[in-house]
Amino acid sequence: MPDSFVHAHAAHCESGVMSSLLHHHGLPISEAMAFGLASALSFAYLPFIRINGLPLVSYRMPPRAVIKGLERSLGLDMRFETFRSPPAGMDRLDALLDAGRLVGLQTSVFWLPYFPPDLRFHFNAHNLLVYGREGDEYLISDPVAETTVRCAREDLRRARFAKGMLAPKGLLYYVAASPVAPDWVRIGRRALARTARIMLAPLPLIGVRGMKLLAWQIERLPLADGGEHARLYIGNIVRMQEEIGTGGGGFRFLYASFLQELAAKTGHAALDGLASRLVEIGDRWREFALAAARMIRGRDALSPPALAERLRALAAEEGVFFQSQHRVQRAWAP
Amino acid sequence: MRERDVPQEGNATLAGHRKAVYAVSDDGKLRLVSSRGWEVEEIVTRQAVEDLERRAMQARARARAGESSPLEYHMYRARMDVELLSQVTGLWRWRVRRHLKPAGFARLPPALKLRYAEALGISSEALDRVD
Repeated sequence: MPDSFVHAHAAHCESGVMSSLLHHHGLPISEAMAFGLASALSFAYLPFIRINGLPLVSYRMPPRAVIKGLERSLGLDMRFETFRSPPAGMDRLDALLDAGRLVGLQTSVFWLPYFPPDLRFHFNAHNLLVYGREGDEYLISDPVAETTVRCAREDLRRARFAKGMLAPKGLLYYVAASPVAPDWVRIGRRALARTARIMLAPLPLIGVRGMKLLAWQIERLPLADGGEHARLYIGNIVRMQEEIGTGGGGFRFLYASFLQELAAKTGHAALDGLASRLVEIGDRWREFALAAARMIRGRDALSPPALAERLRALAAEEGVFFQSQHRVQRAWAP
Repeated sequence: MRERDVPQEGNATLAGHRKAVYAVSDDGKLRLVSSRGWEVEEIVTRQAVEDLERRAMQARARARAGESSPLEYHMYRARMDVELLSQVTGLWRWRVRRHLKPAGFARLPPALKLRYAEALGISSEALDRVD
């Protein structure tokens, strides 16, 4: 068992796992840095993927983007293994733990008993770390939990081999060789450029244009059924923004923290200005969530056009923001 | 969001846990802050959970009235829908839909029943019952 392992509480599972994993292997990198350097911030409205009848709305890049993004930008030596048979997957996990490895797993939230019941949905891309085992129980560091937890073998097997969309197939991963400190300016610039490019992409479903399209959809929500469907529709958007481990404001505060840290690390002060702007935008996202929740509860009259208007304003603000992020990045002489 | 504005509203949905959010502290730096929850989060989470619970209760009433099979109730109770149950079991959607009807469910061979039970995390006998 890696006895020096330190658990850390984080806002988001994947960036939290990578932060703890790299810390353990001698590269202290915060959750915010892990998130930002992997260019994980995004926005996507994917109407063709429906979960309980509601379209997928996401404020970040797809699952595994943080792990894969960091692997590339930091030049990590990581191993990934998936399994066809659950017993083989569990045996391999045991062998790695017995060899003293810290192992990352992809799991389904629904089958993890230590999660609060109201938060157990069928989301198959939840990341956690296993740092040891005792008898029939695994010792788990789940970044979104305040402290370490335990999970019985059978429950963990179910969570690792859940089926359906984004099925983990028992995925486990670990760091094979100690990472080296990177050139922060070079990978920082590249990460900034990538996020700006995605947010400003000329694709209808992604980034700023995705927000505009979603606003248009919200505006047209039918109210003939008394607003039942419209309330669920906007509730789903807010849930993706605030409830599912985003650190608040749909990851905007987390990304702002990355910009601040990168400024401190590289001495590039222009990034501090960007961070303050993004905090303001995050606050607008929180106001959007509050307005939506008040309508869902019936404290304010249900008005999808009013929410659509807020979302359009947010799209405009983020459009300007990521253009200036692009300029800051271009002007940053290496 | 300022650090002092981080909501600590004791959400029931968090069941006593605290979640991490990022907020600006007095020195202007963003920092990780533990939150007991924000009412907005609780509203949207309860809304999603209650929608699934309502579907389960309606399916239970239908199953008791003999209008649908117990499978429909157990599907919603496991927070799934036809789409997800079909993915999890590897059965076509139209087959799953057929098994949601009492007649289709009655003809289920034990092997298929076991497949459903396994997917829903219950025993094969429990699948027949509507508690």
